[in-house]
Amino acid sequence: MRALLWIALLLCSLAANAIDVIGFRDAAEEQRFRALSAELRCLVCQNQSLDDSSAPLAQDLRNEVLLLMRDGNSDEQIRQYLVDRYGDFVLYRPRFTAATLLLWLGPVLLLLGGVLLVWRSVRRLQQQAPAATQDDDHATESPDNSPRL
Amino acid sequence: MLNRILPVAVFMALCVLLFVGLRMADQKDIIPSPLIGKPAPEFALSTLDGDQLIRRDDLLGQPYLLNVWASWCPGCRVEHEQITAIAESGLLPVIGLNYKDAEDDARRWLNQFGNPYQQILVDADGKVGIDFGVYGAPETFLVDADGIIRFKQVGILDQRTWETSLRPLIQSLPGDES
Repeated sequence: MRALLWIALLLCSLAANAIDVIGFRDAAEEQRFRALSAELRCLVCQNQSLDDSSAPLAQDLRNEVLLLMRDGNSDEQIRQYLVDRYGDFVLYRPRFTAATLLLWLGPVLLLLGGVLLVWRSVRRLQQQAPAATQDDDHATESPDNSPRL
Repeated sequence: MLNRILPVAVFMALCVLLFVGLRMADQKDIIPSPLIGKPAPEFALSTLDGDQLIRRDDLLGQPYLLNVWASWCPGCRVEHEQITAIAESGLLPVIGLNYKDAEDDARRWLNQFGNPYQQILVDADGKVGIDFGVYGAPETFLVDADGIIRFKQVGILDQRTWETSLRPLIQSLPGDES
């Protein structure tokens, strides 16, 4: 049973390598290529990156990316090359533009909104608390006059 | 008062958002092309039926449709009838871009179904396809007389798209008298 599992795992790793027909010159090139292509979207199967898609177009685009790398283009130039053809959609990491302003700042705005809500309700409780303790003082000499939250 | 209205308002806003999302669901695979309004990328490709070399600038001067097709593409067979009808209407020439295909297969396909194209450019390795931002077949581009891409159809060009958007757009283009 365990042997079968190992064989299955081995086959999986072979399948993963089958995608890779590109010969890299050295480890640094491979690392840069993998980092770059993992950030680029495969346009055929849109929830996969160029790095892990086996679609023919992804293969073509990987070759293109490697050629551009070897021609001395920077990562940004290669991204721009693809954006010029396929639009911002190829980038998994959206750029900071007017159109993506809400996308990038949305979480911060939500957080600020949350902080504001908490602050307001805490302040309201604090305003109610002194009034409550005064009532308590009039009623009895109870030691339990701490504000309840 | 606000405490009562706010949850309802948030709920309504969420409903609108989700409804809009649902309405857009059938468009989710279509990536808007950044090339609309820009010049068609340069190319120099040989034709399928000979050794003629056609460059982008050879096609300047009148609008044309560039139809990306291949014999391996089932959608191309579906839209073939519509592409033929457009070519036969004589409104504008239809240029075929035979995308990542084997030439023999392409010829066999044309013999079997008919050839609507004025010219067929061979893009065997798909490089020109990449320049056009092609990510599948069929795709159809409208290029105007100045060589500017005016419209892109991703997937099958059906009669409805032709009648409601593409044909009116072509008829509004200036300068197809040349």
